[in-house]
Amino acid sequence: MYDFAYHKPSSVSDAVAARSGAEDGTYVAGGMTLVPTLKQRLAQPSDLIDLGSVSELKGITVSGDTVTIGAMTTHATVANSADVQSVIPALAALAGMIGDPQVRNRGTIGGSVANNDPAADYPAACLALGAIIKTDKREIAADDFFTGMFETALEDGEMIVSVSFPKPQKASYQKFINPASRYALVGVFAAQTGGGARVAVTGAGQDGVFRVPEMESALGANWSPEAVAGVSVDAGTLNADIHASAEYRAHLITVMAKRAVAAAS
Amino acid sequence: MPTVSMTVNGKKVSGEVEGRTLLVQFLRENLHLTGTHVGCDTSQCGACVVHVNGDSMKSCTLLAVQAEGAEVTTIEGLADGDTLHPMQEAFRDNHGLQCGFCTPGMVMSAVDLVKKNPKASEHEIREWLEGNICRCTGYHNIVKSIQQAQQTM
Amino acid sequence: MPEGGTGIGAAVKRVEDKRFLTGRGNYTDDINRPNQTYAYILRSPHAHASINGVDTAAATAAPGVLAVFTGADMETGGLPCGWQVHSKDGSPMHEPVHPPLAKGKVRHVGDPVAVVIAETYAQAKDAAERIVVDYATLPAVVGMNDALSGTTLVHDEIGTNLCYDWEIGDEAQIDEAFAKAHHVTEIDIVNNRLIPNAMEPRAAVGEYDRATDEYTLFTTSQNPHVIRLLMGAFVLSIPEHKLRVVAPDVGGGFGSKIYHYAEEAIVTWAAPRVGRPIKWTAERSESFISDAHGRDHISKAKMAMDSEGKFLALKVETKANMGAYLSTFAPCVPTYLYATLLAGVYSTPLIYCNVKAVFTNTVPVDAYRGAGRPEATYLLERLVAKCAREMGMSQTDIRRANFIPSDAFPYQTPVALQYDSGNYTATLDKAEAAHDVAGFAARKAESEAKGMRRGIGYSTYLEACGIAPSAVVGSLGARAGLYESAEVRVHPTGSVTIFTGSHSHGQGHETTFAQLVSERLGLPMDNIEISHGDTNKVQFGMGTYGSRSLAVGGEAIMKAMDKVVNKAKKIAAHIMEASESDIEFKDGTFTVAGTDRSMAFGEVALAAYVPHNFPHDELEPGLDEKAFYDPLNFTFPGGCHICEVEVDPDTGKVRIDRMTAVDDVGRVINPMIVEGQIHGGLAQGIGQALQEGCVYDEDGQLVTGSYMDYSMPRAEDLPSFSAGTEITLCAHNSLGVKGCGEVGAIGSPPAVINAVVDALWDLGVRDMPMPATSQTVWRAIRAAAPAAAAE
Repeated sequence: MYDFAYHKPSSVSDAVAARSGAEDGTYVAGGMTLVPTLKQRLAQPSDLIDLGSVSELKGITVSGDTVTIGAMTTHATVANSADVQSVIPALAALAGMIGDPQVRNRGTIGGSVANNDPAADYPAACLALGAIIKTDKREIAADDFFTGMFETALEDGEMIVSVSFPKPQKASYQKFINPASRYALVGVFAAQTGGGARVAVTGAGQDGVFRVPEMESALGANWSPEAVAGVSVDAGTLNADIHASAEYRAHLITVMAKRAVAAAS
Repeated sequence: MPTVSMTVNGKKVSGEVEGRTLLVQFLRENLHLTGTHVGCDTSQCGACVVHVNGDSMKSCTLLAVQAEGAEVTTIEGLADGDTLHPMQEAFRDNHGLQCGFCTPGMVMSAVDLVKKNPKASEHEIREWLEGNICRCTGYHNIVKSIQQAQQTM
Repeated sequence: MPEGGTGIGAAVKRVEDKRFLTGRGNYTDDINRPNQTYAYILRSPHAHASINGVDTAAATAAPGVLAVFTGADMETGGLPCGWQVHSKDGSPMHEPVHPPLAKGKVRHVGDPVAVVIAETYAQAKDAAERIVVDYATLPAVVGMNDALSGTTLVHDEIGTNLCYDWEIGDEAQIDEAFAKAHHVTEIDIVNNRLIPNAMEPRAAVGEYDRATDEYTLFTTSQNPHVIRLLMGAFVLSIPEHKLRVVAPDVGGGFGSKIYHYAEEAIVTWAAPRVGRPIKWTAERSESFISDAHGRDHISKAKMAMDSEGKFLALKVETKANMGAYLSTFAPCVPTYLYATLLAGVYSTPLIYCNVKAVFTNTVPVDAYRGAGRPEATYLLERLVAKCAREMGMSQTDIRRANFIPSDAFPYQTPVALQYDSGNYTATLDKAEAAHDVAGFAARKAESEAKGMRRGIGYSTYLEACGIAPSAVVGSLGARAGLYESAEVRVHPTGSVTIFTGSHSHGQGHETTFAQLVSERLGLPMDNIEISHGDTNKVQFGMGTYGSRSLAVGGEAIMKAMDKVVNKAKKIAAHIMEASESDIEFKDGTFTVAGTDRSMAFGEVALAAYVPHNFPHDELEPGLDEKAFYDPLNFTFPGGCHICEVEVDPDTGKVRIDRMTAVDDVGRVINPMIVEGQIHGGLAQGIGQALQEGCVYDEDGQLVTGSYMDYSMPRAEDLPSFSAGTEITLCAHNSLGVKGCGEVGAIGSPPAVINAVVDALWDLGVRDMPMPATSQTVWRAIRAAAPAAAAE
């Protein structure tokens, strides 16, 4: 790891100020991706702005049919939250599948969403549930937020403050893991929402998380596993690596979509 | 260089570190608590698991400065004097360790599990151990050890 | 005290556990020497390149840097190879020079190029980025077939990538048998390359004392004396009385810590040059590109059978990857530890095997848990399963029809080995009962009702371990005999320290060996200390590998204890004024036969050290005996592994539902530890079968270079195991022990793959490569579907 200047602000405004004052600064939330990246010397930020003491970024609130999760809320907190379990059980279940227990004790929703790792789980939930990502400057719909692999609509220095999820009628996330990294080889989040059926896929797309309109319209007409059984994603748009060819990923998307629809509650 | 202070195994400690110093380095090199191990560089093996403010975490993926003010417990702080913690005793009773290298992290992770889910099934135990790799035991006796500790903790 | 006391057969809890469980183990990276410095090794990013120059000036000037050395600075010997294999034409194998720091050329990704020594590790690593290496990249040769057919040479001076072309058996005679066979079953087998991944990364601390001219190396080794011999005599020319090698607590080895590695020589060589101790610790990603890999065979095999399915002849052709250089044991793995095992548990009368060892631009390959024997077992047990299918016989009938009968021992195989004992029918029977094979059909029906496929697979295997009889291994090319040594030092108060040349890195020797002493000398465990791993304490040792610690090292302890008892009897006789022949020793007490006169072991020990009137010409003071034990033969553990899998045909995911192992490991000293060894072996065997596979791309870059891509078995990937034993005693050692360290990894892979093939047989799947990952299985199902539909 290269050395850096370390800052530990206690408010969003102080954090944003520290970030804008840094030559090439970066926020660190849980650090579950950033710290390993730094250890491998794949990044060399001048300044690290640690959001760990910004208490206003932590916590879960339920208002009506919306669950709002502070950016610095850990995966374990979300997974174990009675509120999340009752309002959007699929979201709590997803949080409980991220990484391993130690990652869940430390990793945060804000960090995961901001990083937009193509194999991360939360982006699929955001997209399938139609989440709103609130930053220190504005609110961004999930559909506009994830712009490509490790790319988001966040501007330089812009910080996620919270993520709000509307309650779906039913939803489920099904994850087929990479046997080595344990990230999603393919993860499919299927949700029946007020705005219709939504299906988001992580782990597979060349541009990161994506929705599958053909599955959504099939499910809109008939919410059943059979409805998506015949729908497959074009392998040409998918990732390939030693663990899964694009064809295998395309196949798994259909299988996981079927299972998600069957399991949705 | 930043100074960092925290409570480790009940003792207040502080030391000068670089921003880039990992918690595990601070424990091993500054405090000479070498029970916490480093087995990988991708945050997957779990040999470095310690408790930070009561939760198990990977001390190789935490900067020392991020643990400022925290309560840290390492494997050295688990036993009560010469009396092993029930989880340690369970690992000994059930041959839950061989070379001992993954053991400190495995035990710290297992303690966190039993605290949070005292009735975890075998399947849940195995899932919980996803972040702890053991190359010696095939996990069979680790699972048995944790099942014993579920009764004794 | 556990049932059965603390002697042989008792499940004594491990002596070593308390320190490991409380964080007080002492692993190499835990060792910090006064004024210590840190080394970072700069490694080749290229699989094959000429080095036109290395500019170290900027690195040398970097903050905290004490020295930077390259291959040009390090004028030492190369890392030696411990075995010599001769080709079938009688010529010796090609043995390239293996410099600790590359000279002129790098030959695999990870080949060490320079070392930076600095005040801190971070400074050393920072500075290494300032080293400018002028590489001229060369085409890399990665696959063995390409290496044998292409023009790119790993070692220009050798002129070929063929290290040796070896054979065993009479090819002409075999071909004749095949011509007459009723049926011939053929199979192509790839034994996937593995990366050992002991959880403790390798580390080394080198130190030099200018006052005494003595060097000390602390290292993560399975055999410190061997490192001292190889490094002292062949690499650095340090006389052994000036070189101490310590292997303290070592966090797993599995073979990968047998070998003498460059980093050991580098820190030892550099220590006097910087005048301070130097520590090097591998990062895991370095381990991936610097620890010797395992397996990596490509084979063709065929079995000739008569009309009853009786095996008549076996012919095997194997290519074995050596990697870029010859690691310490490498040449013997695909020859003497592989081809000699091809009889397995079967009475096949004729066997021929040809092995071509090949250099490639990859990390050196050497022994990994089982070493050669898993490759032989996998080939044979996959082939036998296919033979059964083609002959219309059941998987067990074909095995039973060909087992060496239990009354046929000693049994001379056609491939050099002579088995001393075994009962293969009994292990198969016991395994089938333990597994509930009878219930398989019902379980299969249940799986099918859920849309899953279920299959069962067998492996009845045998291995040779207890390496090894010196005369035999010498005739096979080992450059050293493989005996073991022990010293039993009885202290004046009657406590005992055992110095053993075996090394424990997870096996629990401090417990098992102490049980031998407790049994033989009648001492409580607390009075027994097992000391190992330090060349300044232990007279000599060949170390721990090949499941040899108990069968060879334990026997050496037994032999030394016999000497202690014999001398103690003399002392007791002298003091009790009796005839030596009248002294009986039992349960720690020396008694004059037929009398009530007796002395406790501790009393005799004290008398040995505070003598007043020993007859000088008959009795020396002291009670401290040494022994070297050279076994008469290998030991031959065997057993039966049965695996039952459930396969999800939609995803290809394989789940092991049941894994049963019944192994004949000879006499069991500590059943708890033996079972643990079997579990661990099974996990590594299952890992090879379902998850682990080292992948290089065509440029020689390691694709599986971290745990992000190399799939290590986790708890949730494995089932609970059913592990049992069915014992026949080794016929040629006093304990009757065979060995248990490798059986799990040797026996299990073919059981797993045979089960997967069985599960998918009805879908038309006829073969399955390792690792049978979900994708691999899914592809096989998809490829088979048209064929199955046509049937």
